[in-house]
Amino acid sequence: MKFGQPSTLPRWAQLTVLPALNLLAALLVTGFVTWMIGENPWECLKLLIHGAFGYGEGIGYTLFYTTSFIFAGLAVATAFHAGLFNIGGEGQAYLAGLGVTLVMLGFDHVLPSYVLIPLAMLAAMGFGAAWAYVPAYLQAKRGSHIVVTTIMFNFIAYSLMLYLISHQLIEAGSQNPTTRLFGQSGWIPQAHELFSGLPSSPLNLCFVFALLAAGLFYLIVWHSRWGFELRTVGTNEHAAGYAGMSVSRVIIVAMCVSGALAGLSSVNDLLGSSHRMNVLFTNGVGFVGIAVALMGRNHPVGIILSALLFGALTQGGSDLSFEKPMITREMILFIQGLIILFCGALENLFEPFIAGLFKRKDK
Amino acid sequence: MEMFFSLLDSTVRVATPLVLAALAGMFSERSGVVDISLEGKMLAAAFASAAAAYLTHNPWIGLLAGMMAAVSLAMVHAFVSVTYNGNQLISGMAINTIASGITPVLGLAWFQQGGNSPQLPDEGRFHEITLPFADAVRDVPVLGLVYSKLISGHSILVYLTVLVVIPLVTWVLYKTRFGLRLRAVGENPHAADTAGISVARVRYTALFWGGILCGMAGTYLSVYQTGSFIKEMTAGKGFLALAALIFGKWRPVPAVIGCLLFAFADAIQIRLEGVALPVIGQIPSQAIAVIPYVLTVLLLAGFVGRALAPKAIGVPFVKSR
Repeated sequence: MKFGQPSTLPRWAQLTVLPALNLLAALLVTGFVTWMIGENPWECLKLLIHGAFGYGEGIGYTLFYTTSFIFAGLAVATAFHAGLFNIGGEGQAYLAGLGVTLVMLGFDHVLPSYVLIPLAMLAAMGFGAAWAYVPAYLQAKRGSHIVVTTIMFNFIAYSLMLYLISHQLIEAGSQNPTTRLFGQSGWIPQAHELFSGLPSSPLNLCFVFALLAAGLFYLIVWHSRWGFELRTVGTNEHAAGYAGMSVSRVIIVAMCVSGALAGLSSVNDLLGSSHRMNVLFTNGVGFVGIAVALMGRNHPVGIILSALLFGALTQGGSDLSFEKPMITREMILFIQGLIILFCGALENLFEPFIAGLFKRKDK
Repeated sequence: MEMFFSLLDSTVRVATPLVLAALAGMFSERSGVVDISLEGKMLAAAFASAAAAYLTHNPWIGLLAGMMAAVSLAMVHAFVSVTYNGNQLISGMAINTIASGITPVLGLAWFQQGGNSPQLPDEGRFHEITLPFADAVRDVPVLGLVYSKLISGHSILVYLTVLVVIPLVTWVLYKTRFGLRLRAVGENPHAADTAGISVARVRYTALFWGGILCGMAGTYLSVYQTGSFIKEMTAGKGFLALAALIFGKWRPVPAVIGCLLFAFADAIQIRLEGVALPVIGQIPSQAIAVIPYVLTVLLLAGFVGRALAPKAIGVPFVKSR
């Protein structure tokens, strides 16, 4: 699978100028829609930036969302490097939440934090990986298309979790489909608890884990034998096969790693912030991951930056919707869609327009 | 007996938008363009048609607006997939996200009802049509029920779908020059190109007709079924249609049967809610809702016969020099 057309620009320009232009295009369209519904786009942009970065609590929330998006973006990028398009991050994160919840409901009053939390994280990764394993196996061994299978698995995950939460895991005597509150020992420490003086927000230790994961991702994908296999399979499956690599094994492992990473995003949410599971807790994180990976061009630095952008959009957007009742959360969804369109499907759209500029410079 | 027919009746009601969307997907996928954006196109159409029907008090103008909305998204998809040779899956994903973002935003701005459209006035909706003599024959055993309950009392869109769209699409696909070209382009675009067929034009045309059908499907939901636009009202129907298309192995009549099957499961699910069956006990509604998706996965994996996708599906066509 090859995405878009090869670009003739120098690499640094490919990685900076084109995404910037794509983002600008997405923002221009958003600005136009904002103007169409009778708001001032410039004023909205200022409110949004202030909501995301203008005050301590806002920054905390921005980084909290960024954490989940880094995990989700790395998840999608891992699959992309193997030439796979994992739309199933949402379902994998959802199932991972089940793993976390089972560990918590079973052991949160038995085990100490330093055992409980790693155990829950392992469970999240395990459940996420398991949910990605089936589509991966079917793609590798039976040739069914991973995109359609992962979409179907999202729906299956949704139905399954709806059933489990509303029939099995529901808090006794509660009307709302949510589990009971997890015990304190399973709560991942939040930033303002670790460093007194920081404003209160759900930002927690998972942010550090996310940065570590991005670093590991870089080392593994570009500096390990398996990473080389991963990228080779992604570039040319047949060549990889001829070179003696086991294509199906690479595909399956890549998807499992992808699922495990997607799973970690729900640890951030469940153990870092809400401390209980409810029906819609993933809230589209798997889909944001797709936009993040596309915009970050599957590189960890790009992914961290675009996760920050989406974190800021999420936090600034919810602040903006308080100020401007006409602009709701869905506006962010719309921007997300435009970013997927411009940075993903049309990634080199502006290449022909600026290629000329670079050519003249070379001479 | 009465209950069985009302089950079939609701099957037809649920199946109609699925059939339209599945046939839309068939045009696109048979031409070699993956279409996971059926959902988004339906949603956009549902919104546009409800808005237009509300403003003009005319359901037909609503239908037109719905078609225009779906066609314009289809043209975006066509630009990415055909002209630009971009990734069709990402494009479809983007269209779905854009549609579920823009519809509530515009809805809130235009109607101030939390992103939904107001209830359509009576003359702005499609209505159930009682066929002649439906009431008179109601008491005739079996046939009377079939006629009055199952055949009569649907929207004009249902009759259009059954009497015009399904036969027409089948005929176009298998018996016309365009249909032949469509299938050729989806199986082997290079051969088709060598034979002098413009791959790009065929794909654009296929996506255009897909847009028209998605427009009808969306209009059915908002202008007929609920009588207003509701946020995220397609709720996975586009993917269900895609599942039915795969189930039908990209052929029109089996795809329609797939839609009917899924719709029937849906109709049963509503009836079974809270009913305890002998031996197995109460079936959770989620277990039935999940059937189409599980079936699709099994089918794609080749456990229930092979799914025969068009060969060139998902691959951008780059003219060889």
